[in-house]
Amino acid sequence: MREIREALLREDYSLTDLVKHYQSKIAERSHLAAFREVFTDDSLERASEVQSKIKAGTAGKLAGMVLAIKDNICYRDHEVGAASKILEGFISPYHATIVERLLAEDVIIIGRTSCDEFAMGSSNENSAYGPVLNPLDEALVPGGSSGGSAAAVAAGMCLASLGSDTGGSIRQPASFCGLVGLKPTYGRVSRYGLLAYASSMDQIGPFASKSEDAALLLEVMAGKDSKDNTSSNHRVDEYSEEGKARTYELAYYKEIVEHPGLDPQLKADFLAQLEILRSQGHKVEELSFPYLNDLVPTYNVLSNAEASSNLSRYDGIRYGYRSENAGDIDTTYTKSRSEGFGPEVKRRIMLGTFVLSSGYYDAYYSKAQKVRRLIRDATINALSDCDFILSPTTPHSAFKIGDIQDPVQMYLEDIFTVQANLAGVPSVSIPKFKSASGMPIGLQITAGPFEEKKMLQFARSLED
Amino acid sequence: MKIDDALIDKLSELAKLEFVGEERERIKSDLSRMLQFVEKLKEIDTEGVNPLIHLTEEYGSLREDRAENTLSKGDALKNAPSANSDYFKVPKVLKKGE
Repeated sequence: MREIREALLREDYSLTDLVKHYQSKIAERSHLAAFREVFTDDSLERASEVQSKIKAGTAGKLAGMVLAIKDNICYRDHEVGAASKILEGFISPYHATIVERLLAEDVIIIGRTSCDEFAMGSSNENSAYGPVLNPLDEALVPGGSSGGSAAAVAAGMCLASLGSDTGGSIRQPASFCGLVGLKPTYGRVSRYGLLAYASSMDQIGPFASKSEDAALLLEVMAGKDSKDNTSSNHRVDEYSEEGKARTYELAYYKEIVEHPGLDPQLKADFLAQLEILRSQGHKVEELSFPYLNDLVPTYNVLSNAEASSNLSRYDGIRYGYRSENAGDIDTTYTKSRSEGFGPEVKRRIMLGTFVLSSGYYDAYYSKAQKVRRLIRDATINALSDCDFILSPTTPHSAFKIGDIQDPVQMYLEDIFTVQANLAGVPSVSIPKFKSASGMPIGLQITAGPFEEKKMLQFARSLED
Repeated sequence: MKIDDALIDKLSELAKLEFVGEERERIKSDLSRMLQFVEKLKEIDTEGVNPLIHLTEEYGSLREDRAENTLSKGDALKNAPSANSDYFKVPKVLKKGE
């Protein structure tokens, strides 16, 4: 971003040239299916508007930033569909709060990116419009659910992008595509205008090649929003400020390095990375976290319950798909939903309905909320004794498209990332490791609530 | 926990979803697999633990109760699958004789 801004000021090229460059990159590799739609004309229009502001010296702090947004973020007068048939053709009548804030600082939104349907998935194979390919190896998945946003940045189709992270949906694709991916503290960024999946965990966050750019985007998006009662009043820091070099107290979980699903090469590389950090003067401590294998089950019960409630609004009446095969009102609901939703969304709604239904509520839903408290307290406790918890972001590098068929095995892909969502703490994945075949894997840094500034400064210090 | 047809029927009705033929067998086996997976939470001792419902401590911040027109009628009807100039149109709710 910094280089682009300087080049634009020097007039090495214009913002229009830049947008055209990205558009041609998108067209060249359209078979990756990273984008659901490119806003070809209006991104060029905005480019010339922002260009004149740059000339006049009145441009906002994101002038020069060409951004893609996940297909679950509302951009007024543009289609948004969560990669679902049930919303095909839906045009948002309003802006998400973060879109408003980003546009006010002169961002250019180049298009909307594919994702798993309603952000439910870890491979981007659940899009109603087909899988997204990993630009680094097209036989592999880009990760999910924000796979299109990750693929777009990794393929050089935009400078940065936005995703949403409910159980790892930003950090896991960042790990698989070699990018920085940030999930902020719950409540740090307004969710107004984000199509809801699991409201107690959803957070919008950026993908970028550099932590500095991710930090800059967070700086603009963060802060209280009267339209989202869960958004926080906590002070917004200058996240993009480069910190002074310092040493930290770091921790990692024994249960993660001993996890049988962890790639042995990755385990060795992670432990070697800890040694490097020790040699640089950081304190590194091993901790025990007894709930590792309970994280995904807890997440599943709660996120599916919230999804079954949130997705009840898609009924074929006020907007979205309405089945032609229905006679009366009741079959209109049932047919529209059954024809409009894909199989993974239906599975989650059914499990969510089950755990919320009378007779099972206490045994499953309420139980999971209690376990969530134990997990949250243990996480906050660990973070009060150290600065950051480190782990590999994912147990391995990107897998082949079609390789994981069993839903439960797919859910377990999130094993290292869901903790931050259940506890509501910030977490970032930065590219650090490589598989034997050269595919990237991320290092995940998790911090205490609202410690994004410190976390991003540490992330920046680890960048090559 | 056994997932039988009666349970699928009940959940389908609550969720307004239908599963027929092969899809029905598939959801039965998927749900039973998913439930088996979350079943292990029962082993965790949560005696005396309160459910975690709100993630932040900041609740209770009230705002003035002021009516605001955030969406015009025209904009609200624009995405409807079926509407006239004032209302969403839906299939018949009451049948003759009801």
